[in-house]
This record gives sequence, C-alpha cells and structure tokens, in this order.
Amino acid sequence: MNAIGEKYLRKTALPFLWCPGCGNGTVLGATVRAIDRLGIREDVALVGGIGCSGWIPVYIDADTLHSLHGRTLPFATGLKMSNPKRKVIVFTGDGDCLGIGGNHFIHTARRNLDITVIMVNNQIYGMTGGQVAPTTPLKAKTKTSFYGNPEDPFDACELAKAAGATYVARWTAAHALSLSRSIAEAITHEGFAFIEIITQCPTQAGRIIYGTADPARLLDMLKAQTVSVKSAPKLDAEALQGKWLIGTLHHDKGKTEFSRSYFGTAGPRGGKPAA
Amino acid sequence: MNPEKSITEIKILQGNEAVVEGALAAGCRYFAGYPITPATEIAELMSERLPPLGGVFMQMEDEIASICAAIGAAFGGALACTASSGPGISLMQEGIGYAAETEAPIVVVNVMRGGPSTGMPTAAGQQDIIQARAGSHGDYEIIALIPSSCQEAFELTYRAFALAQHYRVPVYVLSDEIIGHTREKVRIPGGLRPIERKHPRERENYLPYKAGADDLLDGMPAFNEGYRLLIDGQLHSEDGNRAGHLPDVCAQLTERLCRKITGHREEIYDLETHFLDDAERVVVCFGSPARPALRAVKDARERGVRAGYMKIRTIWPFPEEAIAALAGKARTLIVPELNVGRVVQEVRRVTAGRTEVVSLPKLGGLLHTPDEILAELTKRRRP
Repeated sequence: MNAIGEKYLRKTALPFLWCPGCGNGTVLGATVRAIDRLGIREDVALVGGIGCSGWIPVYIDADTLHSLHGRTLPFATGLKMSNPKRKVIVFTGDGDCLGIGGNHFIHTARRNLDITVIMVNNQIYGMTGGQVAPTTPLKAKTKTSFYGNPEDPFDACELAKAAGATYVARWTAAHALSLSRSIAEAITHEGFAFIEIITQCPTQAGRIIYGTADPARLLDMLKAQTVSVKSAPKLDAEALQGKWLIGTLHHDKGKTEFSRSYFGTAGPRGGKPAA
Repeated sequence: MNPEKSITEIKILQGNEAVVEGALAAGCRYFAGYPITPATEIAELMSERLPPLGGVFMQMEDEIASICAAIGAAFGGALACTASSGPGISLMQEGIGYAAETEAPIVVVNVMRGGPSTGMPTAAGQQDIIQARAGSHGDYEIIALIPSSCQEAFELTYRAFALAQHYRVPVYVLSDEIIGHTREKVRIPGGLRPIERKHPRERENYLPYKAGADDLLDGMPAFNEGYRLLIDGQLHSEDGNRAGHLPDVCAQLTERLCRKITGHREEIYDLETHFLDDAERVVVCFGSPARPALRAVKDARERGVRAGYMKIRTIWPFPEEAIAALAGKARTLIVPELNVGRVVQEVRRVTAGRTEVVSLPKLGGLLHTPDEILAELTKRRRP
C-alpha cells in the first residue's frame, strides 16, 4: 500500500467492493490527496449515498456517515449546520444525486450551503446491475431501456449552476491530478461546490452501453469525448457536438454562503457565533 | 428557559407551543421541518425561539429532508427534532428506520390528524399509533409517548429527549390535533436541566456499536471529536463496518435493537391510574380520549359503578404487565380511541381472553363525549 493509502484508508473496511477497473478508486485517491494537502483530516465530515460511489467515504478513515439513497444532502445539511466549522464532503452517484435525490440537490444548491458535493457519474445504475439513469445517453440500451433510452440526460453541471451552486467543475477519471486540485479548490470555496466526475464503469456502462469492459479503452473514450473549457471558445459548434466540457465551469465568490448568512449579523442569529 | 430559575412559571399555551417549550427546556437546538396542518405552529415557534438560544431552525424542502437533517445534526452533536403530521410522517419513515438502525437519538413529533392519505387535515385522529411502532421496513423498536393535555405535551416532549439520548433511539411524541390546538394552563417547573449527552467512557479502541450487558451503547460521540466514526444504515459489526456477510452479527444486531427497548420497558412505562383498587370496569385510555374518559369514570362512580381509570402515557413499548395485571382484577376493560380500534388489539393480546375487552372506536375527527364512555361503563351485562 502506498504512503497516502497507508495513512488514509480505513483498513477494517477493506477490501474494496468495487469491480476491477472501476473509476471510484481514482476519485477516492484524488479526494484523500486533497484532504492531505489541505491538512483538514480531523475537520472533515464525510457523507456517502447509496450506490457504488457512496462507498468512497466508508474507505476513508475519518468521520463518515453512509446515509440513505438520495438523502446525502439533508444529512450533510444537519452536520454542517450543527457545527459550521466542519468541512462536509458528500459522495454521491448520478442516480443518487439527480434521480432520487434531485429535489434535495437543487434546494441545497439554492441555499448555497458550504459543502462539497462529489458526484460520480457512471451514466448508469451500476450496483443494481445496469439500469437506465437520469444521465444515460439518449437511445442507449440498458437493462431497463430495452428499446433504447427514450429520455434526454441531465447536464448535472448546468443544473447545479442554475439552481445556485457557486462552484461547478467537471472532470473525468482520466484527469486524476486536475481532479484532486479541483477537489481542494472546492473544499476551500465558501459555498455550495459541485464536481461531476465522469467515470468508466467496465462492468455495467462499459459492457452495456459502450460495448467494451476494458477500463483502458473506456478511459481513452472518455478523454476523446472531453473538451477543456479553456479551449472551447476557439472551437465551432460541430467540434463541440456531443463533447463534455471539463474544468472549472463556474466560480462565483460573491454570493453569501448559507451558514454565514444564518449566523451572520443580518441573519436570525444576529451575529452570535455558533453554539 | 433559564435553568437557574427555580420558580414555576405558569403559562397559557397551545399544545403545539407546549411541545416547543418542552423541547427547548430539554436542550433541543436543531429543528428541521416542513409546513403541515395541524403541526405547523411547532415550526413557526421554533423559527422564532431557536436562533436567540444559539440553535438552528431550518425549513427544508420536504419531510424526508427534515428528518435526515435532524439525524445529521444529531451525529453532528446537537439535540435534534422534527415535527409533522400524517402525510409528512409517512414520508419520514425511511429516516425513522435509519435512525433506529444507526441508533440516532432524535425526537419526532406527530400531531396526529385523521387519515388515511390527506385525510382530515384539520381534525384529530389516533390512526398513526401502529405506524409509530412499525412504519419503517424491517424489525426495530422505538419509544412513543402520547400526551392528553398541554401540560403533558410539555412534560412528555422534555422526557422524549431524555429517552432518545439514554436509549439512542428515535422517540415519537404522538400528539393530536385536539391537544395541538387546545390552549390551557401549563406549569413549567423551574430548575429544569437540559438533557446532556453522555460521552463514551473510553476513547482508546472505542467501538461505536459495542453494547454493554444492558444492550445499550457506550454514550455517543459527535463527528469531529477525534473518534473517526463510521455510521452506516447497513447492518454492521461493532466497529461500524457492514456485516451483510456475517449472518450471526446481523441477527444479533437486529435482536439487540429490539431488546434494548423491550428489555427496558419497565423503566420506560409511564401510567396514570385512578380508582383501580375496587374497579370492576376500567377505561384504558391514552391521548385526547383520556380527558372525557376521566369525566366518565368519575360520573360512573357517582352512580355507584365501580369504575377505574388507566391512562397510558408511553404507548410504545406497550405496558403489557400493567394491563395484564388489570385482567386479573377487573371484569371489563374499555378502550376508547380515535381510530377503528387498533390499540384494543394489543389490550386483547396481553389479557389473552381473561377479561372482557370492549372497543370504543370513534372516527370522523370528533372526540368521544363523556356520556358515550359513561354509557359503556353503566351498560348492563349478563353476569
């Protein structure tokens, strides 16, 4: 085990339950590197949803709440508001966050509560065996879209931004270093920070949607499907067709954060510090 | 409220307001809720009273979020509470199960209205008593207290927080629309201390789910106190790790979650009895119908009927022994309730045919009149 793994993994929880070649390990690694860089291990409160990615915080040796399907953000809200000094980091999947948890997602973003939401998007319900998700591409065949998905997917980043998130970024599992820097930036950002990470899912989305269970090929496909937000303005519509913009998509430092507004001089607490 | 103040305060409070005062006296400092009739006044008053006390009131997007936020705050270190009524309480059921399984101390106030579904938003019912015990999936036990006055709404809400912390369990306060919207005198005793959460005795090698011989956990640390807790809704080992592959561990945890309440039921019971010494006909009552029931029992005794009265304030765990003991003495037990006759089935179960049990259900949102209960108490029966 490498030094960062030795330092941060919750050894009693091992081995990982993920399939070989899963992207969740990359997200786990990027997160603990960010926590390590910021030196905030004892201040973090980690919340996981239900689904493959909800297990990421279980493997991190810190204070962890493995919650209910779709309900990460209300649990995170209670943790944050009972002590605004803690750094709450939420790990959720595309189905967890945008499907069953969609209402909590838009309202927590609207409040601009200072938490970091890491949404792992594998474009499918993986743990239950490969059913259509709110992020599955149009016409894709899955276990529950036998004749092809009749629905358009969500753009999670556009949704987060429209709902009021003040930090929005997108990466893929092929961008581990940028992702780790982005997670650190999101944790440091005061407000609702949302990072979407598109991951390879060899067992489900790979086999069922993309016709390959080879993680390396899937990562290459992910990379080929991305365009950096910095280079996007130079490209025409045709070149951007079907591409994911990656990078920091939105960063608003001017909007008042919820716990600050609640406990601030203009809020109901009239400037008294948290209990 | 000032805990140093030793003088009893007398206030005129609505039942919903009395719930708030009881919660605040107990030290509740986090409330998450969503508007619903007839419980809304609890949220309204919490939004006014909590911030100056250093607490947090949050109106969430729905009741699912409300209970999950309360559980999050409980693990965050706060004494936390939510309140709702029928439809909202139904939405909270997955959170109730999570709180039972993770042993999160929270208080859930259900100001019961008539159901099912949207039902009768502005009228009382007692149709959620079975839901309180078993509304979420899987096997677990909770505690449910049931007030019959604004005074009891205050006292039982205060006690609900103490019980939640001690047993690390979700505790219901089953108020109803009548109690919630009645205004009457409430004595708030001076010197009430906020409930304190016990911290673990040992920090070294602390196991969050290691229970003692009494089936209870060793206190409750909060997040970010250095314990590196793992809290999981999956059945888990003593260290918090999932144990789905360990049938014995899962079975033992499920049994303990039930036994830690049922095994302590005699410490939890709270009954008020009158005239039982010579009673032949006893009204077994709880919540709002306990008010006309006491009038009816007194009227019956004036007419020479040997009537008795047992008011249950802790409906779950069910006071089995006390009711079974009645069966040996009284010839008839009468159970008035604002539903089709639910708790009467429990009374029949624990008395096991040893005495006559009469169900006195009342639906439609109205309370029994004393005369309706008196008629049953004075009814001639074959010897």
